[in-house]
Amino acid sequence: MSTDTPGASADGAPSRAELAARVGELEDALAEATTEGDARKMSIVATKGTLDMAYPPLILASTAAAFGYDVTVFHTFWGLDILHEERSKNLKLSSVGNPNMPVPNAVAALPGMDRVTTKMMERRIEGNDTATIEELVETSLDMGVEFQACQMTIDLIGYDENNFYDGVTTGVGAATALQDMADADIQLLV
Amino acid sequence: MSAEFDITETLDVKGASCPMPVVKTKSAIDDLAEGAVLEVVATDPGSVSDIDGWAAGTKGVELVDQEEGDDVYRHYVRKTE
Repeated sequence: MSTDTPGASADGAPSRAELAARVGELEDALAEATTEGDARKMSIVATKGTLDMAYPPLILASTAAAFGYDVTVFHTFWGLDILHEERSKNLKLSSVGNPNMPVPNAVAALPGMDRVTTKMMERRIEGNDTATIEELVETSLDMGVEFQACQMTIDLIGYDENNFYDGVTTGVGAATALQDMADADIQLLV
Repeated sequence: MSAEFDITETLDVKGASCPMPVVKTKSAIDDLAEGAVLEVVATDPGSVSDIDGWAAGTKGVELVDQEEGDDVYRHYVRKTE
């Protein structure tokens, strides 16, 4: 039996022409898949609103934007404070629960101690020329980072949507976050 | 240093710390034309590794050179597309 007969061969195996056409189709599909996903994506869920925990999502978001990533940060529970224009400027550092703090927890629990440790950290941030939370939010927004504020927790905590930074997306929930995560190359929960 | 490239513009990020040197470098390079070389002057020791990593992972830029002086780090980034 000749192997170069056009069309299906007698044993039902695809012909060379059929295989060549199939390879062409697959190459086209591959090219489409690899060029379409040109912009890489990062999806972060920010759940914490203490001064120390507000930094990692913002630093990673702005840096990923600098790499050309499409970045979405979904803020829920106290993570909403990072997007709250006024509260973001007064985030506190807890002196309790962190054994690395220079004061024992029994002392750290005394009234006013959170204010002391927060002031200490704020002074260090200033002395080290570390960007403030406000600067990082504004910079990230300028770079095209999409900040989302979870609607359920906005209502739960009782925040006014007008108090968030301009450009923050509201009216979104877990399904939106999940969709972003499914599409993303990097997913982080902070 | 033998001048194998001409500096198009200089960005001063002295004093700024992570993530600002990288973020500001990205913004500055966006404003330049293809082929331009941006000089970034930083004091953040982390900028050496960070700008190297950023350039390697970012399309359209290339790290041409890095110099470490007395507490000042100079990075040269070319816009390739």
